[in-house]
Amino acid sequence: MTGPVTAPADPQSAEAPVPSSREVYRDLLVEFLNADERVVCLDSDTGLFNGVDFGKGAERYVNLGIAEQNLMGAAAGLARSGRTPYVNTMATFATTRALEQLKLDIALNDLPVRIAATHGGLSAGHLGATHHALEDLAVTRLLPNLTVVVPTDATTTAELLRQAQELPGPVYIRLGRDATPDLPSDAPPVELGKAQRLREGDALTIVATGPYPVHLALEAASALDAVGVATTVLNLHTIKPLDTRALVAAARASRAVVTVEEHWVSGGLGSTVAETIAELGLPVPVRRIGVGDRFAAGTGGQTHLLKRNGITVEAVLAAATEALGR
Amino acid sequence: MTELTGTAPAAGAWHGGPPAEHTLRVRELIVEMCGSAGGGHLGGSMSLVEILVTLYRSTLRVDPRAPDAPGRDILLLSKGHGAIGLYAVLAERGFFPEEELAAYGQPDSPFSAHPNPAVPGVEMPTGSLGHGLPQGVGFALAARFDNSDRRCFVVLGDGELQEGSVWEAAMAAGSLGLGGLVAVVDRNTLQITGPTEDAVGLEPLADRWRSFGWTVREVDGHDIDALRAAFDAIPADADRPTVVIAHTVKGRGLPYIEGQTRSHFARLTERPKKRALSTLRAQYRKAAQA
Repeated sequence: MTGPVTAPADPQSAEAPVPSSREVYRDLLVEFLNADERVVCLDSDTGLFNGVDFGKGAERYVNLGIAEQNLMGAAAGLARSGRTPYVNTMATFATTRALEQLKLDIALNDLPVRIAATHGGLSAGHLGATHHALEDLAVTRLLPNLTVVVPTDATTTAELLRQAQELPGPVYIRLGRDATPDLPSDAPPVELGKAQRLREGDALTIVATGPYPVHLALEAASALDAVGVATTVLNLHTIKPLDTRALVAAARASRAVVTVEEHWVSGGLGSTVAETIAELGLPVPVRRIGVGDRFAAGTGGQTHLLKRNGITVEAVLAAATEALGR
Repeated sequence: MTELTGTAPAAGAWHGGPPAEHTLRVRELIVEMCGSAGGGHLGGSMSLVEILVTLYRSTLRVDPRAPDAPGRDILLLSKGHGAIGLYAVLAERGFFPEEELAAYGQPDSPFSAHPNPAVPGVEMPTGSLGHGLPQGVGFALAARFDNSDRRCFVVLGDGELQEGSVWEAAMAAGSLGLGGLVAVVDRNTLQITGPTEDAVGLEPLADRWRSFGWTVREVDGHDIDALRAAFDAIPADADRPTVVIAHTVKGRGLPYIEGQTRSHFARLTERPKKRALSTLRAQYRKAAQA
């Protein structure tokens, strides 16, 4: 199986980049602040809101400074008082530096806090290992009561944020830094908690989460279809609660499952998929694509780091070939 | 709009009989819980008694018959290991029958060794230190957004002040001018290994809080009149948070363990429990005659 494979689109070379997920979020939050008096924006000096006109919601924007533990604790106090705080920090700070506050203050109390976690995965690029978040999905999917969402593009970011707004409990939303490619225009509507089926096929299932992994999955599926391997692509944008039904249905109808994520290969999407399939005793091999057991190698932008760390179409194709025994 | 808006009973009046009767009963209940199979945090609960009795019988706008009433003041026991002190005060104040405390530490009882919100009157689960003051920043911000004068009292241990998150919150509260936020430090000077000043020193403690933008009051933490006066004068400045540094004695009420590090946790068998109870009653009688 050596179908023609093209490299993923590079946003840095795109002529008219669509907004990044964090910019979509920022603009939507201004709308939420003005439409709903319960909404509060708690910032940790991210800079995301510089120059933003909050209108009459301006008094409910509070910059708590560079202090993520206080950020999470204060969000809990606000939520316990009937507010809906959106807390703003980077994914790695939300889930490791302030993990205990996320666990005890927010998740344990099942409070309606929305954690807007930018710089998910390798999107911090050349900012380096201190700013990469390759652990956040593993950490957040452990926490009871927490919903964990990874939007795929500008449209799904807005859709999932609107749907998450109605949830009574806490929500972790993994956002990126720079603009990423749009999903195909014929993609079905995104629904929180439901896998998005982007392609149908009966030989292989590729399960992906996040902007680039989903695009890699689609490209790999095209290449596989061209050589006669009909491939299903599931976008598991909601890591928790997992759409087990869709996953199991696809796995049952396939001869192998490959997962793709911008995360350490252990603990995140691949692990949750492998656990589900193993527990049910489904007779399908699972192969996981992600960053191996090391800090991300190389320096550079997000797309460079993805390639450098083995999150590529070629890797997906190789894993599929090996799993299918071809 | 929120569950916390609305009216609340007035603060400052004294709800109850002679204070010494209440503090005696609370201490007896603490000793009884330390006599349970699992034991309890004795020393740091005994040091809290006058602080919590004053708050629940005078300062806080709370209704024991309606612990979740809108508009109530919030109390967070950030030094969560003082839970049996809080449970005893809540029971003695009438939030739930005292007899229920017999279930402390029993399987599936709501009375765990750190505050459990399943207990009426407990607002948040605490126990990992350094969580209460950041939560208090959130409660105080919410009150500000609601244009409410409800207050949030956060009771901290002194050893707890070694947690960095306390100072993240202290810095933010000072900068934001959260007049509705009150920290009460149970300054009993001891942590598990010994004096705070021998571990990582806190002094000059008042100056540290002041430099973070807080109004500081220092008070004898076992003098109910002094505590009431300090709490009733809050806030001295509507745009500044207040810290009350309450100077206390760990293990207060049991002279043979007072001020001793070993009072931190105790599992009292029948004889030491009886000794403790008779000591408390003898002290009460002596004070009543004086």
